[in-house]
Amino acid sequence: MAALVALGLAFPLVGHRLEDSVNGLSLGYRFDWVAIGVAAVFFGRLTIGLLGGVPRIAAFDRLKGLRMDWLGWVLAAIAIALPFLPFADRNLIDKATLVLIYVMLGWGLNVVVGLAGLLDLGYVAFYAVGAYSYALLSLYFDLSFWVCLPLAGLFAAGFGVLLGFPVLRLRGDYLAIVTLGFGEIIRVILLNWQSFTGGPNGITSIARPSFFGLVFSADPPEGRMAFHQALGIDYSSLHRVMFLYFLILALALLTNFVTLRLRRLPIGRAWEALREDEIACRALGINPTTTKLSAFAIGAMFGGFAGSFFATRQGFVSPESFTFIESAIVLAIVVLGGMGSQIGVVVAALLLIGLPEWFRDLQLYRMLVFGLAMVAIMLWRPRGLLSHRDPTILLSEMKR
Amino acid sequence: MSAPLLTVEHLSMRFGGLVAVGDLSFTAPSRAITAVIGPNGAGKTTVFNCLTGFYRPSVGRLTLAHAGQTHFLERMEGFDIARKARVARTFQNIRLFPNMTALENLIVAQHDTLMRASLWSIGGLFGLAGYRQAERQAVDRARHWLDQAELLEFADVEAGALPYGAQRKLEIARALCTQPVLLCLDEPAAGLNPRESADLNRLLLAIRDAEGIGILLIEHDMSVVMGISDHIVVLDYGQKIAEGPPAAIRADASVIRAYLGEPEDSA
Ligand SMILES: Nc1ncnc2c1ncn2[C@@H]1O[C@H](COP(=O)(O)OP(=O)(O)OP(=O)(O)O)[C@@H](O)[C@H]1O
Ligand SMILES: [Mg+2]
Repeated sequence: MAALVALGLAFPLVGHRLEDSVNGLSLGYRFDWVAIGVAAVFFGRLTIGLLGGVPRIAAFDRLKGLRMDWLGWVLAAIAIALPFLPFADRNLIDKATLVLIYVMLGWGLNVVVGLAGLLDLGYVAFYAVGAYSYALLSLYFDLSFWVCLPLAGLFAAGFGVLLGFPVLRLRGDYLAIVTLGFGEIIRVILLNWQSFTGGPNGITSIARPSFFGLVFSADPPEGRMAFHQALGIDYSSLHRVMFLYFLILALALLTNFVTLRLRRLPIGRAWEALREDEIACRALGINPTTTKLSAFAIGAMFGGFAGSFFATRQGFVSPESFTFIESAIVLAIVVLGGMGSQIGVVVAALLLIGLPEWFRDLQLYRMLVFGLAMVAIMLWRPRGLLSHRDPTILLSEMKR
Repeated sequence: MSAPLLTVEHLSMRFGGLVAVGDLSFTAPSRAITAVIGPNGAGKTTVFNCLTGFYRPSVGRLTLAHAGQTHFLERMEGFDIARKARVARTFQNIRLFPNMTALENLIVAQHDTLMRASLWSIGGLFGLAGYRQAERQAVDRARHWLDQAELLEFADVEAGALPYGAQRKLEIARALCTQPVLLCLDEPAAGLNPRESADLNRLLLAIRDAEGIGILLIEHDMSVVMGISDHIVVLDYGQKIAEGPPAAIRADASVIRAYLGEPEDSA
């Protein structure tokens, strides 16, 4: 059965290939590839069927009982020490920075999807709003990164509320579709408002962030001091890379800290309650609209922070960076990590962003492995890698 | 009798051509259990949905008078009815937060108080002492009701994992944590065994006497209704067909007819 479905899908997708022949382009057929794919699906399904379902893997089951507190601290310690490790080069730190951007986005979206249970397919919109807020503010008003960062967060949160008002009475699938549309609208606006946003060319030469007024540059502009001069060390381009790394690490940890804190406050509990049963919430005097709006706004704010970091790191923004696929990746990170699990997001971001980056050499097979990994996770851990939920308060731990 | 807590006047609820509740009037006092009974589809749950703002009545006035304040429930949003008028309810098919623990369920019920104490989260984020104290009080209230409902041992268990009878009691405890003046219970004894429903009777009587609040009770289990109600309202096809103390209702010919159907010969 599954093999038939695979056949139907595979034939048009992999069955053809464009051939560069003497008389121009022509279609070729790759029956062997289709056969291999269909056979793989057939035998895969057969084994699962014969074994009477998906075999349980002990290691996966053990994940459930694991206390996650220490893992978080270990990961944080590794993250802080990473740039100082002997094997850390520019390349590694760059990739780690990229992973951290997605960790931060994942944590931000986790508030909306994981805690409040609102399926948001347009999260990239807030990322874009953050990035463009910083780019435009620094372009038109010459404001520094540190002034723009909170402003960008506020703008993104404002957009979250603006979007939230009309759409939050929708549920589930409808909400997902409207948020998806909103994400695209923002991108199309950025693309077409030539005079203001630069259209498809984007905005170039965005100001780089400074470290308490110290710039990262070999020869600082008139009247400014450079980082290496202040410390009395030789200039190295690595300094800026490391600075950016620590900046996003700090932002991500702030996101995490605030989220964990909010979870233990009435607002966070109301988000989770809303995810569980909206009707019961109303009967308990919780206003569903404002509660959802607050989740949307907070998630959007973190997306905005991440966006302005993205802009300052690249020094360049264009609508191309904010396509739907970004929303999908961030959502995949949240779902794969286990909805609502903070550590799960880190692990999933490492898997989804980190691994493909490191295995870039494998080129062709990269996406294949990526797909296989997704299938494996969905088979063995359909609720996400770390789907365990920690209670926010325990009677047994309260002192009388 | 003192002035009624709840006054329902000429309540009608139509769904298209169907009249689920037609011109219903009754009152419910504080410190008493008022039962609403009737055959399946009589419109009992619809009355609750109108009272708690889930439906907007087609016609009618629903007045809640308490501590010198008067609320017109038919004009209020559902969450405001719970928050300002202090009407709490449970649901016919239990609606707990299944992945949250029993204690968390009861803390969520105190959202409004805690939200104020945390200064809409800003104070709570910085760990203000006022909020920590409010949270301790909330836990104490939750502990009190868990104890009353004999659920203390389940405090840190996920609500969805509790036995059925415990879930029913937890939903009542959660409603009580909102500190209501009127508690509406939709078939609390449904699915309970005789021992559990005897426990429930005791709990409801204790709530009535200790809290002095009004209880509206929808129930099919006659041992519960006759055992603990002070006053009974009988509905059939959305109309009130009888009203009075348990003894009178038990003897009422129209009630017996509604429940047992018309005798063969008169049909
Ligand atoms: N939202 C709705 N839309 C249309 N009809 C409805 C709606 N809600 C209730 N009804 C109808 O109103 C009538 C009364 O329903 P209600 O749920 O109030 O009965 P009930 O007395 O609670 O019955 P039960 O004892 O089975 O719980 C039924 O005929 C039902 O089909
Ligand atoms: Mg009913």
